[in-house]
Amino acid sequence: MRYQTDRQLAEGLGSAKDGTTEWWKQRLGAVALIPLVLLFIIPLLRAIGSDFNAARAIYENPLNALVAILFFITIMAHLRQGLQEVIVDYVHGKAALTTALIANTMFTTLIGVIGVFSIAKIAFGG
Amino acid sequence: MADVNRGNRPLSPHLSIYRPLWTMVLSITHRITGVGMALSLTMITGWFLALAAGERYFDVANAVMTSVVGSLILIISLWAISFHFCNGIRHLFWDTGKGLDLGTAYRSGLVVMAGSVVLTVVGILVVAGVF
Repeated sequence: MRYQTDRQLAEGLGSAKDGTTEWWKQRLGAVALIPLVLLFIIPLLRAIGSDFNAARAIYENPLNALVAILFFITIMAHLRQGLQEVIVDYVHGKAALTTALIANTMFTTLIGVIGVFSIAKIAFGG
Repeated sequence: MADVNRGNRPLSPHLSIYRPLWTMVLSITHRITGVGMALSLTMITGWFLALAAGERYFDVANAVMTSVVGSLILIISLWAISFHFCNGIRHLFWDTGKGLDLGTAYRSGLVVMAGSVVLTVVGILVVAGVF
């Protein structure tokens, strides 16, 4: 026999009280990505398919490097939030859900850190 | 009584029972392009890492990116970012509380789809060195 009432089982499972903050952060990132995506993609389209030295030269340019770093920082959060929204909709069961959410945070952080590190290394001439 | 059928109820989203509608197709496409671009970004991040690591690594990454399969993925990714970009702006516009009626939503959806195709073509032309 279970001694907990239905109410006790439900308490704490409701609103996490930070929905508005998440919503606002998602929009903030989305707005920032409007110029960042455009400024990131134009040099990238030129760099992809060109040779090593030409591609390096593009990201040795401080402006391209700065935009690319800002892009990776912003996309890291945007991607994590977006994938998290999809995960909580389609992944059921506590173990699977928790695993997916942890994997999501690790994956998006890794993408962001590798991106920022790589571009910084190129820009600083390493 | 509260426990009747618990855990065995139909869960939303149960998309399969609906006839696909234009707005619905665009909505799920926004998600699909978003998730799909996680893969594109992984590929591009790998390319950046290779570019930072040195020419030997870059040649491998470059060969992957410019292969037939790589090029196809990149072109699809270009359309995906174009769509997600345009539809994202549509979403931000909706967030202001405007354009939510059915007629406007259908029309803005058409604009988004047309815009995504135009941006993809412009992107391909940039790669081809036209701009």
